[in-house]
Amino acid sequence: MSAPETTAADPIKSATATDTTATAAVDAFDGLMTAPLYQVCLALVGVAAVITAYRLVRGPTLADRVIAIDQLGFFAVGAIALYAVLTGQPVLLSVGIVMALILFLGTAAFAMFIERRARS
Amino acid sequence: MTEMLHQGLTQSIGAAALAAEGVHQAELFPPIVFEILGAFFAVLGTLLSLLAAIGIARFPDVYTRMQASAKAGTLGVACLALAVPAHFASVGVFAEAMLVVVFFFLTAPVASHLIGRAAYIAGNPMWARTTIDELRGCYDHESHVLHAKPADASPRDKGYMPEASDGDSPPRHAAG
Repeated sequence: MSAPETTAADPIKSATATDTTATAAVDAFDGLMTAPLYQVCLALVGVAAVITAYRLVRGPTLADRVIAIDQLGFFAVGAIALYAVLTGQPVLLSVGIVMALILFLGTAAFAMFIERRARS
Repeated sequence: MTEMLHQGLTQSIGAAALAAEGVHQAELFPPIVFEILGAFFAVLGTLLSLLAAIGIARFPDVYTRMQASAKAGTLGVACLALAVPAHFASVGVFAEAMLVVVFFFLTAPVASHLIGRAAYIAGNPMWARTTIDELRGCYDHESHVLHAKPADASPRDKGYMPEASDGDSPPRHAAG
C-alpha cells in the first residue's frame, strides 16, 4: 500500500490535513484517554439492545413488539452517537437525526395499524 | 451542508469571536473538562438505556413497558447524543446534537401516546394488580364508542379497579 492511500484511509488524519478549522477541537483530544470507556458504553448499549430483543421475540401482543422496535431504534441512535465519538467523526450525528424521524413515522404508522385492525 | 454549518459556526464563534479577544477556544476551558463532561454524559446515557431495556423486558403489561421506553429510553438517547458535542467541544456539533434531543423529546411522548391508545382500543389486558383505569366502563369494546362518565356517578368513582379475589394484592387506595 502506497503512502497517499494510507493517509486517505485514515479519515481523522486526512481531515486534519485538509480542514484545520473544523477539526481544531479534535486535535486537542488526539490521545482520546477515554476511548476504553466509550467502548464499554457501546458494548453495554448492545447488551441493552439484546435485552430489548427478548421482548421483541417474546412480546405477547403486537403493541409490545412495536414498543420494543421503537426502543431498538433509540439504542441504534445512541450507539451511533458513541461511535461518532470513537471514530472522531461528529458528522455521524446527522444519521441520528434521520433515524429519529423514520422511527417516529414507523411507530405512528404501526399504532394506526393496530387501532384500525381493532376497530374493524 | 452540515460541514458548511459546522465550519461556519466554528469560525464565527470559535475562531473569529474568540481570536478577536485573543482567546483560543481550547483555552477557554482545559480540554480535560470536555473529556470528563463527555464521559459523564456517555455513562449516564448508557445506564439509562440499560434501565429502559430492563424495564421493557420485566414490566408486566404494555402500558407500563411504554413508560420505560418513553421516559428512561428518551433520556438515555438524549444523554448519549449530548456526549458527542461535550467530547468534541464544538458549537456546530452541539447544534446538531440539540436537533436530535429536541426531536426525540417532541416525538417520543406522541409515539408513546399513540401506542398506548391503540393498545387500549385493541383491548390489551392490564396487569392484574393495576390500581386505576379512568376509562373503565366508558369505552365500549364492541361498538368502539367512548361514552362520557354517567352524570350520577359518585365523585369517588374514579375508575378504581375491583378488588382481586385471590387476596394477595396490596391495598389499592385509602379505605373508608
